[in-house]
Amino acid sequence: MADNPYLHNPNAAAQNPPTASLEMKFGPGDLIRRSATADLPPPERQLTPLAKLIDVSICIGCKACESACIEWNDTDPAIEHNHGTYTNPHDLTPEMYTLMRFSEWVNPETENLEWLIRKDGCMHCADPGCLKACPSPGAIVQYSNGIVDFIHENCIGCGYCVKGCPFNIPRISRKDHVAHKCTLCSDRVAVGQGPACAKACPTQAIIFGTKEDMKKHAEGRIADLKSRGFKNAGLYDPEGVGGTHVMYVLHHADKPHIYSDLPDQPVISPVVQAWKGVTKTAGLAAMGFAVAVAAVHGLFARANRVSAEDEKNAEQLLRGEAKGGSA
Amino acid sequence: MTKLIEPGDKILPGNPPAVHRYRLGARLNHWTTAITMVLLVLSGLAMFHPSLFFLTAIFGGGQNTRAFHPWFGVILVISFFLLFLQFWRANLWNRSDVAWLAHVGDLVAGHEEKMPEAGKYNAGQKFVFWVMALLILGMFASGIVIWDEYFFGLTSIEIKRIAVLGHAIFAIFAILTLILHVYAGIWVRGSFGAMIRGWVPAGWAWRHHRQWFRALVGRGEPAE
Repeated sequence: MADNPYLHNPNAAAQNPPTASLEMKFGPGDLIRRSATADLPPPERQLTPLAKLIDVSICIGCKACESACIEWNDTDPAIEHNHGTYTNPHDLTPEMYTLMRFSEWVNPETENLEWLIRKDGCMHCADPGCLKACPSPGAIVQYSNGIVDFIHENCIGCGYCVKGCPFNIPRISRKDHVAHKCTLCSDRVAVGQGPACAKACPTQAIIFGTKEDMKKHAEGRIADLKSRGFKNAGLYDPEGVGGTHVMYVLHHADKPHIYSDLPDQPVISPVVQAWKGVTKTAGLAAMGFAVAVAAVHGLFARANRVSAEDEKNAEQLLRGEAKGGSA
Repeated sequence: MTKLIEPGDKILPGNPPAVHRYRLGARLNHWTTAITMVLLVLSGLAMFHPSLFFLTAIFGGGQNTRAFHPWFGVILVISFFLLFLQFWRANLWNRSDVAWLAHVGDLVAGHEEKMPEAGKYNAGQKFVFWVMALLILGMFASGIVIWDEYFFGLTSIEIKRIAVLGHAIFAIFAILTLILHVYAGIWVRGSFGAMIRGWVPAGWAWRHHRQWFRALVGRGEPAE
């Protein structure tokens, strides 16, 4: 990806794509993880890690990103009722891969009302809980550039990804019975463009590029916020999931939860780890062992058969009773 | 009080003599449960371990496997419940079962003659009966929680995580119990036929369920 100028420019997503036909920059050969696949061959090359950076402090809540997402992914979210906030629809849905969540927070230090707007969607974890939980080979994949993608044709619609995700992102569609979420516009990124949301954002609160560049850009933004009194400004790139390829600049990075319940320290649930770790391995081993013991006993121990003596004893008992009855 | 004789149990005089053991209803019930259990094991294991995902082909793919599995479960729960109603009284635990279990090593080593006499069901069969009943109850409850098609909104994701872990653990123990049950049925020759035809040779009853056999003989009301 090093040869792609669009990915080195923090504003790449806002630019128009070249008119020449574009070659795919990455594909199935670049997978570093594939759900329910133990023996995935390692990729021949390492792509430059990419990231989307969402600067919450300059988001104006216009929802251009939502519209662009719907437009590009050709989804059809239902028209809902007003739920009492600007958040609309009420939640992420199988047709709504990204959602502006609005929350009103009174800063206890300043007594100011702060209107916090967070663009919710898949965080593209380096250690994806969805992929860990997925039982269907190849339904969830992770490319070496960090994009975690759902491959719908392999999805069985079981909802395990919903249980695996620390951010409550995947949604199972009732129409096609497969899981849906933000793809980080993998189809656009593959031809050198940025995600649709980033392209649509009028304040460039959403930018896209290499993860390294995005972190550098975030540093500048954080320094600016700190100079303006947000002493806890910081980058949200949570270590508990190995870092994410969607990052936030938060003006109150010490308390992510005030941004519509963004997890303070997201990790794959230990329950999910136990389920997909020791339970799976030990369970299969125990069942295999039981079958083996039965097979060995069946082969080497004598079958438990009724003997001639048993038959004689039974008939004797029956005769004895018959005699007794007639006496 | 453990029931020693179930409805329909009777001596069938003849040459060789036989004993009626399972009524038609019980047999149909048993095999409905058995078939749905096999379907559940196959579809469940396909979703449990990637190395067994190929089993989804039996059901026409992963989507079908995911959709059918809970419905197999519903059939099994109903079928097992009817089975439970018929069998539970004769499966109540009593003191002689402890003695039987203490001698289970003799049984496996091929010395059943050293075992205490068993009633209609021996302690091993009672163990399978009660363990399966509890595990099926556990799998039904946890299965409802993770049946997202109909019950997604009822519980939180945290509860669903616990349910999906519990469902897997219950299923592993159920499969282990099933292996024990099926193998015992194969190893103890004549058991399979009993559940197919409904009757057993008198010698079989003497060998494996002597207390029950004695009780039937003692009742002194051979079939007409």
